[in-house]
Amino acid sequence: MKRALYVLLGLAVAAALWEGYKAVGNPDGTVLFGVRILPRADDLSMPHLWTVLERLGRPELTGGRPVWIVVASACLFTLGITAAGFVIGALIGLLLAVAMERFRIVERGLLPYVILSQTVPLVALAPLVAGWGGTIMPPWAVVSVIAAYLAFFPVAVGMLRGLQSPSASGVELMRSYAAGWWRTLVKLRFPSALPYLFPALRLAGAAAVVGAVVGEISTGTRGGIGRLIIEYSREATSDPAKVYTAMLGAAVLGLVVAGLVSLLELPLMRHRRHVEVVTL
Amino acid sequence: MSAVVVDKVTKTFNRGRTDEVTALSEVDLTVADGELVSLIGPSGCGKSTLLRLIADLIQPSTGTVTVAGQSAGQARKEQAYGIAFQQAGLFEWRTVLRNVELPLELRGLSKRERKARAEEMLTLVGLEDFAGHYPAQLSGGMQQRVAIARALAVQPPLLLMDEPFGALDEMTRERLQSELLGICTQTGTSTVFVTHSISEAVFLSNRVVVMSARPGRITASITVDLPSRDDAGRQSPAFFEKITEVRQALRGTPAAAPPPRASEGAAAGTDAR
Repeated sequence: MKRALYVLLGLAVAAALWEGYKAVGNPDGTVLFGVRILPRADDLSMPHLWTVLERLGRPELTGGRPVWIVVASACLFTLGITAAGFVIGALIGLLLAVAMERFRIVERGLLPYVILSQTVPLVALAPLVAGWGGTIMPPWAVVSVIAAYLAFFPVAVGMLRGLQSPSASGVELMRSYAAGWWRTLVKLRFPSALPYLFPALRLAGAAAVVGAVVGEISTGTRGGIGRLIIEYSREATSDPAKVYTAMLGAAVLGLVVAGLVSLLELPLMRHRRHVEVVTL
Repeated sequence: MSAVVVDKVTKTFNRGRTDEVTALSEVDLTVADGELVSLIGPSGCGKSTLLRLIADLIQPSTGTVTVAGQSAGQARKEQAYGIAFQQAGLFEWRTVLRNVELPLELRGLSKRERKARAEEMLTLVGLEDFAGHYPAQLSGGMQQRVAIARALAVQPPLLLMDEPFGALDEMTRERLQSELLGICTQTGTSTVFVTHSISEAVFLSNRVVVMSARPGRITASITVDLPSRDDAGRQSPAFFEKITEVRQALRGTPAAAPPPRASEGAAAGTDAR
């Protein structure tokens, strides 16, 4: 109840900032020494919120489907791509983390490349994999691959830290029980890694959304919200509110993914919820 | 048969490097069945190393360790001992009951047997009402009792304890000492107990083994025979005599030192540090 109130409060503050800036800001933007430091506040650059909402209800083109249905179905399409990329990326991240924890030499050899992988610009990478679409996999799957490429990284790094987090005495205890590597992993390392895994998964969720949206744009895959943003932005001069409806959709998509990922946490982190100490 | 036989064990860490350390040199130790032996000595004397060698958590450089008639490695594989460390080291994501069940799980006991045995152990340490709690909800003393219950869960013939009460306050410590004695007598478990505290060593043990550092070796073995091991035992002259004897052994002063003044008895509880 209280949380719902805070969410509404947050929305109200964001809306107030938008409309507030629009009311007081210079319509041509504030330029200082030839550099624009504040954006234009005119209707073309920053349409009123109600214009955007009202645009959602009207048809996309005359006689077409209402914009909100088009945006929602594009978001669903992208959600599917994101989910596939997230699952693939998280699994690869987990496997890499386990391999790096098991073999010190793998950690030494692989970790620099794992980090290096994220410095490769996505737009440079997309054309390389775009050719796979329609040949060895459907075009949407290529976008999933790009999403997975971004999503695996936080999981690999966070999970490695988590797997290495148990204290020496915990590891010695498992050794005293004659537990091998696998049982130590299952009974000790994996559960102790959960507090590291969930923040990593949340980052991976956000990265997968970015990867899916950017991947759609740079591979030219149709049907998703990334593509829709590009299509609508071409009409920005004549119909400025339209592109904002697509951006709104992308933002909602990000929130939905973040929410779904944090739902994963609930059943597995029961012991974290109550921490009242009994003193006896 | 002896519970533990340590025969001419030497342990050198980082052998052949510039940071080579001889932690233990030519150590012999025998723990009889049902005996409670304390290892005491200054920091760095290798008492924890000796305990870890018995537990087969590390291997000796030379010499042999025998636990219950078999090699230390074999004894570990058969869970022939229970171990407790200074930090309780409970798994925070498991309830108290499931923590005690852990060694039983790894032994492959059925769910029902596990639960029954773990509940029995929790009753032994007086925590039967806290089976469903998580470790974070318990005080330090209670966590340590859970750790002891966990060490005893497989009903091992040998209990290894590395300063288990070191992080607790004096009152809790004394209560847990009495509880531990009761449990060991009840179950007939042999125990090797590493401690810094002279009074703790004297109160708990049948024998106090005094060690010295650089290189770690055993310098004295003092048999303790208190009239009773309760509050009256803590006040008895025999208790204070043994404390003095252990302290002198720790300082390396000869046994013929002048008898202690009355004021020294009051400081009996001080640490060996």
